[in-house]
Amino acid sequence: MRNKFGERVIETAIRFSGFAIIAFVILIFLFLLKDSLSLFRVYSFKRFILEQKWLPISEPPTFGIVPLITGSLLVTVGAIVICVPVGVATALYIAEIAPGYLKTILKSLIEVLASIPSVVLGFIGIIWLGPFVKNTFHLSTGMCGLTSVFLLAFMALPTIISISEDALVGVPRMYKEAAYGLGATHWQTLWRIVLPAASSGIMAAVMLGIGRVIGETMVVMMVTGNAPIMPKSILQPLRTLTATIAGEMGETVSGSDHYYALFAVGLILFIITFVLNFTAEVFLRKGRR
Amino acid sequence: MKKTVICLLLSIMALICLEGCKRSEKRDLQIKGSDTMVNAAQKVSEEFMKVNPDIFVAVTGGGSGVGIASLISGTCDIATASREMKPQEIESAKKRGGNPKEIIVAYDGIAVIVNLKNPVEQLTLDDLRRIFTGEAKNWKEFGGRDLPIVLLSREVSSGTHIYFKEEVIREGKKDSTAEFSPDALLLTSSQTIVEEVANNESAIGYFGMGYASDRTKTLKIGKDNTNFYSPDIQHVLNKEYPLSRPLYFYVNGEPAGILKQFIDFTLSPQGQQQFAETGFVPMESEIAK
Repeated sequence: MRNKFGERVIETAIRFSGFAIIAFVILIFLFLLKDSLSLFRVYSFKRFILEQKWLPISEPPTFGIVPLITGSLLVTVGAIVICVPVGVATALYIAEIAPGYLKTILKSLIEVLASIPSVVLGFIGIIWLGPFVKNTFHLSTGMCGLTSVFLLAFMALPTIISISEDALVGVPRMYKEAAYGLGATHWQTLWRIVLPAASSGIMAAVMLGIGRVIGETMVVMMVTGNAPIMPKSILQPLRTLTATIAGEMGETVSGSDHYYALFAVGLILFIITFVLNFTAEVFLRKGRR
Repeated sequence: MKKTVICLLLSIMALICLEGCKRSEKRDLQIKGSDTMVNAAQKVSEEFMKVNPDIFVAVTGGGSGVGIASLISGTCDIATASREMKPQEIESAKKRGGNPKEIIVAYDGIAVIVNLKNPVEQLTLDDLRRIFTGEAKNWKEFGGRDLPIVLLSREVSSGTHIYFKEEVIREGKKDSTAEFSPDALLLTSSQTIVEEVANNESAIGYFGMGYASDRTKTLKIGKDNTNFYSPDIQHVLNKEYPLSRPLYFYVNGEPAGILKQFIDFTLSPQGQQQFAETGFVPMESEIAK
């Protein structure tokens, strides 16, 4: 009797927390939308999306999100280009090639990698990687997109490795055995059979990696230089969506247009990450079937 | 099962009780605001707590805007600010029935710094304006080496950034619409500026004089070409150094009780001493006048 009552309480609590999470996501979205609309009442959405300048405290202010989106996209693409091949290769090694003891060591090391606080990486970026990039590419400053690309790639690696590794391990043994049975070499099996079979899981890993990179704030704020110009190349200073919110929220006048503009930036960021996670989920589901 | 529930309930009740006791007699102060002033405020409050061990003072940063917003919403007792309260903020405070009162607690000189290897020793205000608007692009013009100038600035909403823009870029003219060069890197903290200037021979940056160290070279600044002064306590106090600003405490209404006690302590020689030790300019001689 007593046990049954307890079970029911726990069951309700679990159900409640499940629904609460859905409610939170919706509430956050509505909250961002409400404050963003306060901006769009005085500043047209079209200008916000198309204007190429971000001058929030000038008179009159210009809130153009184009340079910020470009900055975010540039570092994200850069980071993904570096970390996807490296990440998938590492996952392949851990899942298929590494001997048992090494597998355990590598997996726990990757978990350690994931737990390095981003502010520590940012500091390494300022002290060491920035000057290194500056000297290697003969730039006027090391505070540029490329420095953050390296750090962000490093940060997204654990996500990509562990999720791809799960996908690779999940490939049915029959597939591999069939390939070997037909006389395929180890490499041929990996490249032609295992990798394609795990592709939807790997795609999901990439999507989640992108989500991690585009939402990262501390590292980009510390090493990209944050100049709100249209970046022409990855070797220039640039400013991302996240760094703009974090950098400006602290000192802005609450209730001003600038304050609401930051919420609008948050809304755009929320939509981008939502779409990414949603796509990742779709890929994961496809893989499970 | 029952026991756990009872334990939980009891502990929650105990917590509520404790919370209630604290409310009944106010023995703590919340100070929030400017990142520039956070060290100084912390030092003053530590000294204050040594003298009044029964009072607890908590100091948090976050930015002048955050401090003022918390003062308006009633979540802090003192807002520290490196800029004046804006009309919009005063209005929103009054709407909530508040009556913000301004107290100048110290002065801050803005130091302009370059790399130790840079041969330039002094600049006029007009030189600074030309450098930071992007008109002058090479150190050669100012007697330096043939290197492009890399501009380092604080974030657009930092009090220091706004001060520099109003006094240097716009030469103190209210109707000017001049802006920082869009190529300027916007860094999130004074410490990041120190690191970049220390590592980069072509960089120039500015910050509150408390951050000046022997890892960078502090320039002498002149209103015109005749006299140049370095930012130190004496030159800021007699207004010979052209870049200085007041630092503020904002409180709600006429201070009373422990709030008054704390503010009196801040303005006393002992409190002012703490500002001097954290690199700011005390007002002692001001009081004497």
